[in-house]
Amino acid sequence: MNASLTLFWHLFVVVIMLVIMGFYCIFMTYNLIRTLIGVELLIKAVTLLIITAGYVTGHMALAQAIVITLIVVEVVFIVVATGVVIGLRRHNGTLDTRKLRNLKG
Amino acid sequence: MQINHTLNSIILIALVASGLWTIMTRSLIRSAIGLALTSAVLTMLMFSFDSWLAGVFELSVCAGLISVVFISTISLTQPLTKAEVIKHMKDRLERFMYLPFLIIIVGVGLSLLKVNFNFQLPSPEIETDARKVLWNLRELDLLAQVVIIMTGIFGVLILFREMRRK
Repeated sequence: MNASLTLFWHLFVVVIMLVIMGFYCIFMTYNLIRTLIGVELLIKAVTLLIITAGYVTGHMALAQAIVITLIVVEVVFIVVATGVVIGLRRHNGTLDTRKLRNLKG
Repeated sequence: MQINHTLNSIILIALVASGLWTIMTRSLIRSAIGLALTSAVLTMLMFSFDSWLAGVFELSVCAGLISVVFISTISLTQPLTKAEVIKHMKDRLERFMYLPFLIIIVGVGLSLLKVNFNFQLPSPEIETDARKVLWNLRELDLLAQVVIIMTGIFGVLILFREMRRK
């Protein structure tokens, strides 16, 4: 196993750890803002995976282009999601997912 | 080479530690700051891998703009009362106390695992400049980004227009 693949494995372990943290946060919390923070950590893991893959394969320019696209999607998602969270807070008076019982559907 | 490897290892440990702190901290504001710290550490790793452009985007947008959005959202929602905070702290500790152990076990276990990679790495692209890739190879991505940004703008406009009407 050459040096770049060893580095890839170490980085991949960190990606897995970040994914576990993100999913743990999403599944264990009842706060909507903290759920978004968990999603953000998952996006960080994906960003790290793309950068790692680009570094190992030598396609760094392509990896950077994809990461920039990912960042644009991420920021739009967060802005819209926080808007929804504020709307839910004003409508229901809470951010606790256990108390959001008046959703239609 | 050895210095670079040590530096990368320190950055990776800092990345895991900041991610863990983001999840484990009780205060939402500290959690948002922890997320910004995670982005900043990730940026350091990007700079270490010579991906300057993506690093600048990560630092300015993720560590900067998204933190501002989170902190604004937290400030727009009312804080809990003292009794609710105490109840919430005990409840949170019970749910999140297993995470550090889980992360350490998974990290150590996977690091000790001997994995043999047999895949052939493809040769690097001719283009080495991210700007050229963005403008010449991935034009459709740029168009999609414009559409996504417009979707976000209209989404927020619709959300806040509904609120004004109410």
